[in-house]
Amino acid sequence: MGMSPLVRMIIRRLLLGAMTLVVVSAIIFFSVELLPGDFARAILGQNATEEAVQALREALGLNKSAVVRYFEWLTGALQGDFGLSFSGRTADGGRPVAAILLPRLGNTFLLALLAALVAVPSALALGLLAARYRGRWPDKIITFMALVFMAMPEFLIGYVLITWLAVKWRLLPSLATLDPARPLLEQAERLILPTLTLSFVVTAHILRMTRASVVETFGKPWMEMAVLKGLPPRYRLLHHALPNTAGPLANIVAFNLAWLITGVVVTETVFVYPGAGRLMVDAVAARDIPVVQACALVFASVYIGLNLLADIVTILANPRLRTEAAT
Amino acid sequence: MSAAGERFARIRRIPRKVRRWRHAFLLRTRFRPSYSAPAKHGLKAAKPGSLRVLVLEGLLGAILIAGLFAPLLAPYGEAEIVGGPFEPWSATHWLGTDQLGRDFFSRLLFGLRNSLGLAIAATALSFLIGVNLGLLAASGGRLVDQVLSRLVDALMALPALIFALVMLAIVGTGSFQLVAIIGLLDSTRVFRLTRALALRETALDYVEAARLRGEHLPWIMWREILPNIRIPLAAEAGMRFSFVFLTIATLAFLGLGLQPPAADLGSLVRENAQLITYGDITPLIPAALIAAIALIVNLLIDALEQDRDVLALKEEGPGS
Repeated sequence: MGMSPLVRMIIRRLLLGAMTLVVVSAIIFFSVELLPGDFARAILGQNATEEAVQALREALGLNKSAVVRYFEWLTGALQGDFGLSFSGRTADGGRPVAAILLPRLGNTFLLALLAALVAVPSALALGLLAARYRGRWPDKIITFMALVFMAMPEFLIGYVLITWLAVKWRLLPSLATLDPARPLLEQAERLILPTLTLSFVVTAHILRMTRASVVETFGKPWMEMAVLKGLPPRYRLLHHALPNTAGPLANIVAFNLAWLITGVVVTETVFVYPGAGRLMVDAVAARDIPVVQACALVFASVYIGLNLLADIVTILANPRLRTEAAT
Repeated sequence: MSAAGERFARIRRIPRKVRRWRHAFLLRTRFRPSYSAPAKHGLKAAKPGSLRVLVLEGLLGAILIAGLFAPLLAPYGEAEIVGGPFEPWSATHWLGTDQLGRDFFSRLLFGLRNSLGLAIAATALSFLIGVNLGLLAASGGRLVDQVLSRLVDALMALPALIFALVMLAIVGTGSFQLVAIIGLLDSTRVFRLTRALALRETALDYVEAARLRGEHLPWIMWREILPNIRIPLAAEAGMRFSFVFLTIATLAFLGLGLQPPAADLGSLVRENAQLITYGDITPLIPAALIAAIALIVNLLIDALEQDRDVLALKEEGPGS
């Protein structure tokens, strides 16, 4: 084939990612099948008549085999159709999951994006700082703070910020309920605290791994050579160590951004933010399975996508991987 | 300083730095004495019995005792209504009362007991599954290994919290479900570590010798390999406990933990969160206790962790 080995390798990764997604979607779908009992009866309650239960089973397609329903669900999901929600359902219909999920998904992506924009630069800067002064006091302070923040559940960080920044000092609003009618500036103000909350944990994880990765690079023979050439520490860090850790760092960043997915669920609950994370928690409490499955599938796609991105960046950043791909 | 002097200074400075590099490099290899192993967070590793370790162990012990003897220490019952809702701190109710008029301090002690109990049970389950399947994958032949490893890969392709939410939606909430789900999901990490450690052991002569002696697979797994990998596994147990503890606290905070009126640290925060809007920090106390326990366990493992090889094998990351 005329394809360059690089392109072929990236295509292989993409296919692998797609395969992972299919496997995960199958787990999400078929774990429901393990549940003993009948969905239709679970929705309608124990007092429902046998005819009503039968009619609902027909409407939900429960009479078809699980494999057929899985493929229907998956092809529907690819077209943005996640079926109907259980909540408020009657025998003849219900609200489509997509109509509930899509607007909230936009809010969640906005929050996650803002948090990533805050967390990634600060984590890389702090991680490099800690690596540069490893073993000395800036490193000790930074790594200890990272440990503290990694031990803190997101809701503690969120409520501490609310208690002092919102309630005691009255600097910022404590709730993040969005309202399209309000001016944009006020909306932005409401996003500050959730963004900060979400950033802390992600920052801690990224900076810790950044530090470890850069410190490891310092031990390489060519870094010793740079020392022997008499290059100043900052030049060694920025011109020798950093380009060579770009691949691992991109991997670390993409890998740890997945913490956003976990964090977003808790943060949205703390700030009553209308996002997909809180939707999923509410759906779990109400046992609204189609909504839970749809949310899980979306989060899984983002997670797998981020890891895929990390892999591809690693390939692009490492010339050796490019040539190995030729074989 | 003159140009020649500057160059001289640089030349004199460099060899010392190189010596330091060499020293650092040697420290990272297995030839250094284990007590000088640099800890992964840039904090120095401590010997067992050092002041730092003693303080951490004392704190953890006090927390465990407070949890264990909660029914004796608590002035009131777990679900006993003893006053009006949200009473302030007083001599009779040290931390006030909760949203239903129950004594907050008593609920905190019971919550501590329940949260610790759930986390310990889930960690134990995680190890029971993970260690046994890991040993089986490493010593039970290629097919078993492939099947188990691919299964674990699939389970790990989704953040643990999201997976836990899906499972909770299916089986419903409750202490039994919580322990089973978290234990099962977390066992994937234990599986990976056990398999990696055990694979190194199976390449060694004593395992080969045991095979030639005609020992059965269970004997090789539990009597030959397991005793030789127990130390890194013990270190991992602390890490897993800390993660499981945080996950359960998070789920409880989301309202998916124990059934009321049972208290746990996460649900105490959730139930009393509205106090925060009045500037009352009482709901932050159980949250801070969660963080403190996770931090103490992490610092203790850090201080005690001697085997750098464990770190090399351990994969860290989201939902780990």
